[in-house]
Amino acid sequence: MRTRSGPVPSPAEQPREAWPLWEVFVRSRAGLSHQHVGSLHAVDADMAVENARDVYTRRGEGASLWVVPADAITASDPQDSSAFFGLDEEFRHPNHYVVPDEVHGI
Amino acid sequence: MYTQGLDQTEPLGEDDLSRLSERFESKVAAEQKVEPTDWMPDAYRTLLTRQIAQHAHSEIVGMLPEGNWLSRAPSLRRKGILLAKVQDEAGHGLYLYSAAETLGVTRDELVEQLLAGTAKYSSIFNYPTLQWADVGAIGWLVDGAAIMNQVPLCRCSYGPYARAMVRICREESFHQRQGFEVMTVLAQGSPAQRAMAQDALDRWWWPSLMMFGPPDAESTHNDRSMRWKVKRFTNDELRQKFVDMTVPQAHYLGLTIPDPDLSYDGEYWRFGEPDWAEFKRVLTGDGPCNRERLAARNKAHDDGAWVREAAVAHADKKRARAVAS
Repeated sequence: MRTRSGPVPSPAEQPREAWPLWEVFVRSRAGLSHQHVGSLHAVDADMAVENARDVYTRRGEGASLWVVPADAITASDPQDSSAFFGLDEEFRHPNHYVVPDEVHGI
Repeated sequence: MYTQGLDQTEPLGEDDLSRLSERFESKVAAEQKVEPTDWMPDAYRTLLTRQIAQHAHSEIVGMLPEGNWLSRAPSLRRKGILLAKVQDEAGHGLYLYSAAETLGVTRDELVEQLLAGTAKYSSIFNYPTLQWADVGAIGWLVDGAAIMNQVPLCRCSYGPYARAMVRICREESFHQRQGFEVMTVLAQGSPAQRAMAQDALDRWWWPSLMMFGPPDAESTHNDRSMRWKVKRFTNDELRQKFVDMTVPQAHYLGLTIPDPDLSYDGEYWRFGEPDWAEFKRVLTGDGPCNRERLAARNKAHDDGAWVREAAVAHADKKRARAVAS
């Protein structure tokens, strides 16, 4: 803890619970999906939306905002990512197939 | 997803460690990004946490010198611009604190370190803004130097830091241009206004060169930072680039760089040695405004305590009402 001289600390000076972390998603304009832009701390969802506007959309970057409690997100396990995503199935991609030059429209 | 996955549940054996470490080094060497949930060496985590935290603190403290002129800007337009710029600095601080938190440190710890004076921030913000032209000189020189430093950081190996830097650099260019505009208006104005512009350049030139850090020969973290692709250029390389870019701009303004050793060698602008003793003094807490800056941050934090308390009380009340209904 910081040591400072001065008056007796107010209740807020006591160690407090950290405000929850929110992940912020911005839809930059109608027709596009929301994209993750960053995170912030806020005491509740309303404050998170207001602060997200000030922190992440100061230059008209957004037409819509989502805030999601960070601890509500379930993520894939980074340790397993190669096994989890590592399917070697080239045939799912169109480039896997050779189309003869004289054939068009495929 | 930013914060999870930081806890190693099982202690790692020596073999695991060297295997992980090898994989990390080759990944970084191959220009792949490191993400918060990836394994990283403790030293990398420590280096990044310190650098991002110092960067965040610099943005926050950086609001103070310019904040001094918010209520005295010469026109409504200038006031609006300056308010937007100072607000950007707050935003930059918040992006960076978020990036630092992904490494496992909490926001409250970071804020605490700044308020207690145990954290470092850029030496430049410990100089006073004595007159209006200082606002112009800060935008032109200080933000110009910051851009020089920050553009390569957009390619930093640590993903959250690199992404924060992309956002910041996009906004930083406005800061530099508004500063240069302030300087241009003054430099083309009355003799008194020209004198203001020159005075600001005289005082901000050397501290701006110091923003790039100590000379390479004395810089302690250069090698590792370069290998881990946190830094892309050395302090001296960036300082030289800044001088080469800025000298012609000063000439355009008709102002004189306060360096008798400045000369063009056909390729580079050669310049004199900054006063490194002054740099060390300012960095270790003994600059013109160190105490004032820290006192102002602490006062703002203390004066805002009731707002934080009220926000928590309001959220609790809303939650209780939602449960009751």
